[in-house]
Amino acid sequence: MLTRVGAEVSDKGARVDFKDASFPAPFVSGLEYGCSARGTWNIVHTGMLLPQGHEIFVCAAGCLRGVVLTAAEMNATDRFSTVEIREQNILDGDMEELIIEGVSDILSKLTVMPKAVLVYTSCVHHFIGCDLPLVYRELRKRFPQVDFTDCYMNPIMRKSGLTPDQLMRRQLYSLLKEREQDKKQISIIGNNIGIDKGSEIYSLSQKAGFKVIEITDCKSYDEYQTMAGSCVNIVTNPVAIPSGKELEKRLSQKLLSMPLSYGFDKIEKALDELCEYMGLPKQDFSEKRKACEKALSDTLSLVGNTPITIDYTATTAPLSLTRMLLDRGFNVTSVYADSFNALEKEDFDYLKKSYPTLSLYATVHAKLRVLPRVSEGKTLAIGQKAAYFTGTEHFVNIVEGGGMYGFDGIVKLCALIREAYMSPKDTKSLIQIKGLGCGCV
Amino acid sequence: MCMMQTARVISTYTADVSGVPSALFELGGMVIMHDASGCNSTYNTHDEPRWYDFDSMVYISGLSEMEAIMGDDEKLIGDIVSAANELRPQFIALCGTPIPMMIGTDFDAVCSVIEKRTGIPTLPVKTNGMNTYVKGASMAFLELAKRFVTKKDKAQKLSCNILGVTPLDFSVNTSVQSMKNALTERGVEIVSCWAMGDSLENIKNSSAATVNLVVSLCGIEAAEYMKNKFGIPYVVARPTAAAFTDKIAADMRLSAQDGVNRITCAGESSNENARVIIIGEGVSSNSLAAALKLEADIDCRVICATDDMGVSLGKRSVTARDEDELMELINDASVIVADPLYKPVCPKGAGFVPLPHEAFSGRIFRKDIPDTAKDIESVIAQIERIL
Repeated sequence: MLTRVGAEVSDKGARVDFKDASFPAPFVSGLEYGCSARGTWNIVHTGMLLPQGHEIFVCAAGCLRGVVLTAAEMNATDRFSTVEIREQNILDGDMEELIIEGVSDILSKLTVMPKAVLVYTSCVHHFIGCDLPLVYRELRKRFPQVDFTDCYMNPIMRKSGLTPDQLMRRQLYSLLKEREQDKKQISIIGNNIGIDKGSEIYSLSQKAGFKVIEITDCKSYDEYQTMAGSCVNIVTNPVAIPSGKELEKRLSQKLLSMPLSYGFDKIEKALDELCEYMGLPKQDFSEKRKACEKALSDTLSLVGNTPITIDYTATTAPLSLTRMLLDRGFNVTSVYADSFNALEKEDFDYLKKSYPTLSLYATVHAKLRVLPRVSEGKTLAIGQKAAYFTGTEHFVNIVEGGGMYGFDGIVKLCALIREAYMSPKDTKSLIQIKGLGCGCV
Repeated sequence: MCMMQTARVISTYTADVSGVPSALFELGGMVIMHDASGCNSTYNTHDEPRWYDFDSMVYISGLSEMEAIMGDDEKLIGDIVSAANELRPQFIALCGTPIPMMIGTDFDAVCSVIEKRTGIPTLPVKTNGMNTYVKGASMAFLELAKRFVTKKDKAQKLSCNILGVTPLDFSVNTSVQSMKNALTERGVEIVSCWAMGDSLENIKNSSAATVNLVVSLCGIEAAEYMKNKFGIPYVVARPTAAAFTDKIAADMRLSAQDGVNRITCAGESSNENARVIIIGEGVSSNSLAAALKLEADIDCRVICATDDMGVSLGKRSVTARDEDELMELINDASVIVADPLYKPVCPKGAGFVPLPHEAFSGRIFRKDIPDTAKDIESVIAQIERIL
């Protein structure tokens, strides 16, 4: 019989009141723990969004293991290959040759030549000074019919410049080739989970006669390439802003930043900007606002004073969500997050001032491994990590906002909160599935 | 260039760095993988089935680019000391990944400083993320033996330590308990099991055993150490079905008497005409081959696809880690017994008997992993249907 080990510990250092929290990193960095919630996407999942693409990872065995099994759990091993780095490759300095010959060998054995290949190099290549431009020049020469792009699995760089997640979302669109722009077409870029078709982005675009494309809807590489013809790229996830900037520079596609928010005024401002771009007059969103207030009020009537906890994996704007719920009388008791996006500063300051005793917990702090994962009475969680750490079966199972956006998104999220309150879930099974919504088993 | 390091479609075995926490998981220690990030989720998602229910203290250091470039070991040391002082583990183990290897991190020195500051035994396990779990787990068990096993009075009865037990080879089904039952039923007392379902306290008493049973190559270095240090001979084999387990128990009795090591799972014949091929960890696969011969007169060849740790596993066994090499070795097979993720590279005409292996396919087929200590009837039936 397995039992818990380790000493009883306090939550000091792993929890802080909002009034005492600093921004954007409220906790001292140290040893890191990884909890069992696996719903967020990784670079394998994101890369697989490229239709008819093939991923090749060039890494040491320890780094390959996780990505190989990610592909296997997606049932996508036919779109995934590896080149394993061993000690002699580092000592002999033949890394460029290993990549070129390894990738060539794999491509020569595939039964169908992929339209595009995403080659993922790792921390080792960065440190060894591998000549990646030479590698890609040679690969493009050998396989002119294939589009290659450079992707990175180099977590050691996560505190230097763009994070691996930002890089991945940028490189996913790096294969778009310049073409004539369609003035009536816009793209939404950078989301692993497509924006819900009921959101105002879609309804307003339709009203203005614009076609909207997202990679999540592309069925072929050719269809993916049509995204290059959009005149504007909408970014709703802040992590994808570098991608939008790159496309703005390279393909002259305007970047329209409309970060996910639960603040009504912010939503309206973003939608106003979209309308202005599309040539629509300013829209009246009062009915939409009323619908949101009603959904929130109905939800509050149901859940009452039930403690609610929210984590950063559920949405890219956890503080905005917390603020919206607290301001409407919900009993949000804690937020789980290790750091915050700069766009959340205003909401952070507001919470600090208005709800000073609200608890903020880390998720990777070493103590989180041994702190009790139970709640007194019924607790409602929004996000997998919040569910895991509070030990509740009542949770909203979403990542990255679940595709819900705008006023419509708030109404839909309220429905999910009510559903979570009413119906318990098998937390242990659900949260351990990788890449929620990507087809993993 | 010989392309021995590419895999068009097959999986990758658990790496050495995950083998370390897997080996030490249940012993009340704190294991730190000196790594930037990826090892954390790889280990606790794919390599550690006990993660959700058992709060073992396994962490990563979160190494950053600047710390690596500046050689800032003080950050690593400070973080470990701080966490250890709060959580008070029974020991600390520090293992490595590619970047610490490249920058030449001095694991011995770092561990020595941590031990001085915390007073907690601290074990350096010099993995680099470039070998299979067998090597990592083996190194971890060796460090455990060196640090904690002290001389004890020998037991009078036939008694053993079971060495090399991790979920990577035994999963979390009934396999470990069945193996223990099979040995006790044959008159072998179990002093300790390294390291599932046992405690550090029991492991400290290991030198009281009269023989060691190495049930995977993960246990070989600890066995060698205890042979040299305490004169305990070892037998290499994994209890698999009744007849072969009888043979193992008999060899253990002999070794306890004459002090000679025995690799009981090693095949005496090359079986070069055998058309049944088993792919997997060396001891498990050769033990299955031996059991298939005894139970059903089926001749097999074996491909040890993990580190073989320099152990000679007999004439029917070869070591091969790469996809191309494997494909050449299996191209004349009639039946392949292996993890389901090997199926895509098997020759079209060959039959396939799935034998899921946690160290290869992780959690994907966990519910189908059989308890081969109890019986192998289903494996035999599937092979015979194909033959």
